[in-house]
Amino acid sequence: MTPELHSFPRLAPGCRLNEKNQQPRTLLMPERALRLNGPSLEIVERCDGQHTVQQIIVDLQKIYSKAEPHKVEQDILGYLTLLQKERALDFQL
Amino acid sequence: MAISPFCKKSARSTFSCSGFGHGPIFLLNMTSTIPNPLALIAELTHRCPLHCVYCSNPLELQSRTNELTTEVWSRVFKEAAEAGVLQADFTGGEPLARPDIVELVRAARSAGLYVNLITSGLPLDEAKLAALGEAGLDHIQLSFQGAREETANEISGTKSQAQKLRVLEWLRQHRIAVTLNFVIHRRNMDQLEEMVALAESSCATRIEFANVQYYGWAFANRENLLPTRVQLDQSLTLIKREQERLQGRIRVEYVVPDYYAKYPKPCMGGWGRKLMLITPSGDALPCHAAQVIPGLAFENVKDRSLREIWEHSAAFQKFRGEAWMQEPCKTCDRRELDFGGCRCQAMLLAGDAAATDPVCSLSPLRAKVDAILAGLNAAPPAQLFVKPAWLYRPNPA
Repeated sequence: MTPELHSFPRLAPGCRLNEKNQQPRTLLMPERALRLNGPSLEIVERCDGQHTVQQIIVDLQKIYSKAEPHKVEQDILGYLTLLQKERALDFQL
Repeated sequence: MAISPFCKKSARSTFSCSGFGHGPIFLLNMTSTIPNPLALIAELTHRCPLHCVYCSNPLELQSRTNELTTEVWSRVFKEAAEAGVLQADFTGGEPLARPDIVELVRAARSAGLYVNLITSGLPLDEAKLAALGEAGLDHIQLSFQGAREETANEISGTKSQAQKLRVLEWLRQHRIAVTLNFVIHRRNMDQLEEMVALAESSCATRIEFANVQYYGWAFANRENLLPTRVQLDQSLTLIKREQERLQGRIRVEYVVPDYYAKYPKPCMGGWGRKLMLITPSGDALPCHAAQVIPGLAFENVKDRSLREIWEHSAAFQKFRGEAWMQEPCKTCDRRELDFGGCRCQAMLLAGDAAATDPVCSLSPLRAKVDAILAGLNAAPPAQLFVKPAWLYRPNPA
């Protein structure tokens, strides 16, 4: 299922980023961890219940303005879907 | 508490996180393999109010007088974080049997680790749970021995179900993340639907169904724990269905019973590749059951730093890489996938820790495993489903 553009993703219980002074930045989950860099970190940092999926897309299209906007959108939606399958996100409407 | 007869052993494989198996991504470079230890399994104590018949602790249990102090554990957590460890799994025995448990959680969290508590939930009250949360506990794995009280009592040799249900309610109120852990076997495998229902009625975001792995007390009780082929097939169908139905709500993990598998599990993600286990007295082990392998000398965290042990200890070096492998592993295409399986299982079943794990269909000894399964599956059900004379794990002093 593709995330709803107007929903607010946020990290699920038991999932958090390591501290800012810990490198590399990592998404910590029960029995799992995911190294984040560049765009994946930009996305996960915005999964705070304050940004809609649409806002995350717009933000990253600005940051990665050299990339094709449609491709950026597709990648973000794909990435959020994968994080959801990992049970790392909750989406609030 | 003995949960995880090795749920860790195989469930950890995802920890390598070589990405989510995604196709070409132009801007998302997610992960790479990390050469450091990633998780520290801290066996804080062997003391436990439960007597589970499949406990993954060794048959020889440590007493309280041999346990590491708060100070030593705190240093170990710092050293672990410095060595690249991301997560600490507090286990036992029952880790809540340690009176300094809140202090230990705080120490591990402030060292920079993700702190997971694997517990029966027995020696816990609401105030203690709140204190654990305040100290930085990230996640709890709450063990259940069955969905029905009668089964749970039989398997754990104690009464615990009502308390576990209370703990679940406190977890919801205190917003602490929880995985329900069900160790499954012949005596409770027909309760999977009820187990899922229990999880759905709670605030759990994950369920872990871990088939018993046969080491320690489970090896001693194997004859009465092994599931039948019919049970296994039914469970696989159910798990697949529930994984799809609960997607996005509850993640359903499943640890296969490797006696029925075609290939062995990549035990611990490979010997000395990802995980390190510290026993209650401070010995550093590459695997829960490593003490069954004769001739391995384990170093102690009281004598040497964690990183030195990880890098140089003879026990960790022993089965790293491929030099130790025999045929058919030595030239097998799968040797980088499963690392020849489990060294401790090779010891237990083949009498040789460097042999191919005998559960592998390519092992010359696979017939031995097949004979065990054939005997079981040919037995009349009336014989298989009566309450056996269990060998219960004692609670050490």
